[in-house]
Amino acid sequence: MLEITNLHAGAEGVEILKGVNLTVNAGEVHAIMGPNGSGKSTLAHVLAGREDYQVTEGTIRYDGEDLLEMEPEERALAGLFLAFQYPVEIPGVTNAYFLRAAYNALLKSRGLDEVDPLDFMDLVDEKLKTVEWSADILERQVNAGMSGGEKKRNEILQMAVLEPKLAVLDETDSGLDIDALKIVAEGVNSMRRPDNATIVVTHYQRLLNHIVPDYVHVLVDGRIVKSGGKELALELEAQGYEWVQEAGAAS
Amino acid sequence: MTLASYLQDFEASAVNGGSRPDWLMPIKRGAIDRFEALGFPDRDNEDWKFTSVAPIARSKFGRIAAAATLPTEADLGPHLIGPSEWSRVVFVNGRFVEALSTVTGLPGGVTIQTLADAMEEKPEYVTQHLTQSASVERDGFTALNTAFITDGVVLHVEPNTVVEQPIHVLYLTDGTVGEGATHPRTLVVLDHHAQASLIESYVALDDGVYFTNAVTEVSLAAGARLDHYKIQRESEQAYHVGTLEARQERDSHFESLSFAFGGAVSRTNVYTVLDGEGSHVTMNGLYVVHGDQHVDHQTRIEHSQPDCTSHEVYKGILDDRAHGVFNGKVYVHPIAQKTDGKQTNQNLLMSPTAKIDTKPQLEIYADDVRCTHGATVGQLDDQAVFYCRSRGLAPDQAKTLLTYAFAADVLEQIPSRPVAQYLERLVMERFLGTPES
Repeated sequence: MLEITNLHAGAEGVEILKGVNLTVNAGEVHAIMGPNGSGKSTLAHVLAGREDYQVTEGTIRYDGEDLLEMEPEERALAGLFLAFQYPVEIPGVTNAYFLRAAYNALLKSRGLDEVDPLDFMDLVDEKLKTVEWSADILERQVNAGMSGGEKKRNEILQMAVLEPKLAVLDETDSGLDIDALKIVAEGVNSMRRPDNATIVVTHYQRLLNHIVPDYVHVLVDGRIVKSGGKELALELEAQGYEWVQEAGAAS
Repeated sequence: MTLASYLQDFEASAVNGGSRPDWLMPIKRGAIDRFEALGFPDRDNEDWKFTSVAPIARSKFGRIAAAATLPTEADLGPHLIGPSEWSRVVFVNGRFVEALSTVTGLPGGVTIQTLADAMEEKPEYVTQHLTQSASVERDGFTALNTAFITDGVVLHVEPNTVVEQPIHVLYLTDGTVGEGATHPRTLVVLDHHAQASLIESYVALDDGVYFTNAVTEVSLAAGARLDHYKIQRESEQAYHVGTLEARQERDSHFESLSFAFGGAVSRTNVYTVLDGEGSHVTMNGLYVVHGDQHVDHQTRIEHSQPDCTSHEVYKGILDDRAHGVFNGKVYVHPIAQKTDGKQTNQNLLMSPTAKIDTKPQLEIYADDVRCTHGATVGQLDDQAVFYCRSRGLAPDQAKTLLTYAFAADVLEQIPSRPVAQYLERLVMERFLGTPES
């Protein structure tokens, strides 16, 4: 599904990713862990197509296509979803309107008719259950006036509505209390299918207790220095990032 | 400069214009004398610092010719608001068009008539209200309007009478007949505890260079409520100066909403005096301009009595090389304790060459008041655009959504849903050429 080869990228002339290689297949959950400043968020944003980051070398194939040639909205319509670490506030636009606009964009790209507001409400009612929310949230403004936890939950609601093929969760656990963390994780787990995949970007291991990854990769200074199974996350938690940094330097 | 041409016009119409009642002549004569003394404002005038009226002063805008052909009901369609049973009074090039006007469904106690008719039928009434809120003393354009009064609208609502449906006055101009001016005058008189909604639309039927110089006077007695909408959609070659002046008695409520889309150079003045305890004004506005348009708003809220509230939000969306001006003053007299005043002006610049001069002002001479004011100028947030695109919205669609979001709080505060929908559509069309689904 996703094949990243020797990816170099940076911002404002500073190289942040220094040769990332990663392959994600359908049905898999990958965790990317690493210390602050290792390039985790840069990787997530490069995948989503943020123009503030420049790719200087390497390739990304997504479903056989050259991802780097695609506009952000084309990536979204092709099933790639980034759950933002800092979801952007859009005061003046309701969640209901925003969700429907995004859903209609998806339908349109598939040559289908737009959904009428009432039918859409039925669909969203189902999706609200995924994040254990009531319909009140739909009349709230997009992320504006929401707590940190609500914003993260809102990202997962969007994900549930758009049903992406590849979801990238960027530090979705930050700012969540344990109850919210569980709800978010349950939501993500309930969407797992053999034909989709998830990349969980996180600093801490705790989210991975709830969203259990098939693979864990450790990103240090712009490179994946170690990959393994889910037990690698536990090892990291116990020994700290210095342990892999040293291992990385030694290898 | 070419004041002379207006003075000549005036003398000419005074000689052969026997159609207007004699009793009005001293008022008009006083107004033209005042106009001669005041002249057109220049940039040294603090109130006109950012707006040059030289193009108006240079031209010789005599009385505009009648339209060669009147618009049909279908031509009117895009400018109508709400259900067809709403009353409307239509003028084309300053001339009342009875065939396009309908006044229906109004309760007893409501009088809506043309100013020309009112001047014929009840001179005392017109004398009593004309130039009462809008003074010819300090404003050359108001003096000019008064000197050239020919027609307009009088709305009078008697005590305790509530008019549910908005009344729509359309001042349409067909500029293809050649350069010229109209000076429409609107009088709104609400007796105590009367309620009404009035929409004033200033709309171009075609492109063209012309000058609209409008004055509206509003008088709100105790407990009265007026929802007033001004919608300015003049031609982008046209000049528009429109002044609304209101006087509010105790416990009255005035919702003033001003929307400006058109005009090469446009200036809207909205002034109110909160002259009775417990009165309230909401003064909101939205200007959406592009190309080389220049749009200027000046507002003044005078707190003359205690315990009054004023809430003001003006927003601007400026694209291309458009230039906006906002100058808002809240003046609190020494006696006006417990004043609650909020004033905001926010601007969205859609292009690096768009420009705004904003000057919100508080002048407070009472000590126990709560007043805030502020102004912002910004651009569309790149992060928000990216966020929308990452959810599959095309860049244009993201831009529309965020532009709408910027204007949303002004649009959402509009008391009449059909008016709000009409304006939402105008905002969207202005930016994308096609309405949003």
